[in-house]
Amino acid sequence: MTLLVERPGPLSLVQDRGRPGLGHLGVSASGAFDRGALRQANALLGNDDGAAAIEVVAGGLVLRAAAPHVVAVTGAAGPVTIDGRQVPAGRALRLDTGQRLAVDPPTWGLRTYVGVSGGLAVAAELGSASTDTLAGLGPAPLRAGETLRTGVGRPPPHLEDVPALARTGEITVDVVLGPRDDWFVPAAVRRLLDDPWQVSPVSDRVGVRLTGGVLRRARDAELPSEPCLRGSVQVAADGLPIVFGPDHPVTGGYPVIAVVLDAHTDRLAQARPGQVVRFRRRP
Amino acid sequence: MNVRPCGDRAVVLDCTSLEEAQGWFAALHGQAEVVLGARTVLLRGEPSALRALVERTTPVAPGSRPDATVVEIPVAYDGPDLDDVARLTGLGTDEVVTAHTATPWTVAFGGFAPGFAYLVGGDPRLAVPRRSSPRTSVPAGSVGLAGEFSGVYPRSSPGGWQLIGRTPVTMWDSGRPEPALLTAGATVRFVAA
Repeated sequence: MTLLVERPGPLSLVQDRGRPGLGHLGVSASGAFDRGALRQANALLGNDDGAAAIEVVAGGLVLRAAAPHVVAVTGAAGPVTIDGRQVPAGRALRLDTGQRLAVDPPTWGLRTYVGVSGGLAVAAELGSASTDTLAGLGPAPLRAGETLRTGVGRPPPHLEDVPALARTGEITVDVVLGPRDDWFVPAAVRRLLDDPWQVSPVSDRVGVRLTGGVLRRARDAELPSEPCLRGSVQVAADGLPIVFGPDHPVTGGYPVIAVVLDAHTDRLAQARPGQVVRFRRRP
Repeated sequence: MNVRPCGDRAVVLDCTSLEEAQGWFAALHGQAEVVLGARTVLLRGEPSALRALVERTTPVAPGSRPDATVVEIPVAYDGPDLDDVARLTGLGTDEVVTAHTATPWTVAFGGFAPGFAYLVGGDPRLAVPRRSSPRTSVPAGSVGLAGEFSGVYPRSSPGGWQLIGRTPVTMWDSGRPEPALLTAGATVRFVAA
């Protein structure tokens, strides 16, 4: 069973649950940025939770079926068509031989997930088919003309459509201060929590870069490199925060002022350039 | 050692030295997911359970650790920054090579890229700043210096370390049972080849 990539769009990657537990080797977990959307796609298809799917950044993906498939589209919201006819997201969809599935640029959010019954059959590296864009592990980004093999699917369960994700002009994520909030002046910690932050266009799977006021340090000393997490809010030398994504460096040399709650880091997968992010101290 | 908060799925043990951090790493490795930094240890898991685990754990004392693995790495000392390193350290190029090979190094922690190991404990005269402008591409196997550290680039990547040589040894291979050649705690000896 195969799917042909007719157009990959700006960036389409194979992602699964990633490769956790290898930080001591210098390897981040990687995996789907919006893990909830990956889980939804696989649930709709009756796949295992972490089966490999396509993470599409900013739409533009066109797939053609070389055999009948069942697919599901979750994550960012935007037009999805089969042979030009609009189809619903968040539902198992039949894709007949020769039909084209197109994911257009989303109207809300940034990352769309295209799952297929049986999952993508991609060679694993260190136990995962995820592409780690920083470490250079896993398959290369999808290319036009490439053929994707799929696993053997089960009949999809009868499920209601998954609800669309909450849409709002702002993304709010809860944080725990530390481990290095004491490296900043008190006004910087207040500014982090009180000010709106704009998502920079240079954001990617390594980190969501934010612009806004400068977070001034109380200590100018150099921080010895220390381990980081998905969700670590690192403040680089220019005083601007970067929230680390799934392909973050394992260790970083700048102080981490706060860490986003793990469950809230998925929301940052959908942060579009210019969108406002707010940090709320964990209540 | 202080336990610092690190989100809702980890804590950081803030130590006063690399040796202390290594002692905690050695004591906790296997009981939790542990990542070592230059002065810190990251523990992943539920924070209150991790704090309890740390309470009942005693760090391994330096010197009482079982004999570390020794890895020999042959190096051709012909790197593009060898002359700059000689100038910065006030040593001759031959003396740089002697200093790099005479003292055994220890793998402090991994980071930057899979299989990249930060090596410490070398000759203190070799401490040099990073290049003022990083190279866009450093070949795999390049042996470099930066600050108190030495390291070997496992694959071609951008990098700002001062390059003094190259080795044919494969530092990282995802297909090996232990993909990284150098893991935290190992001893490394560079040999001029």
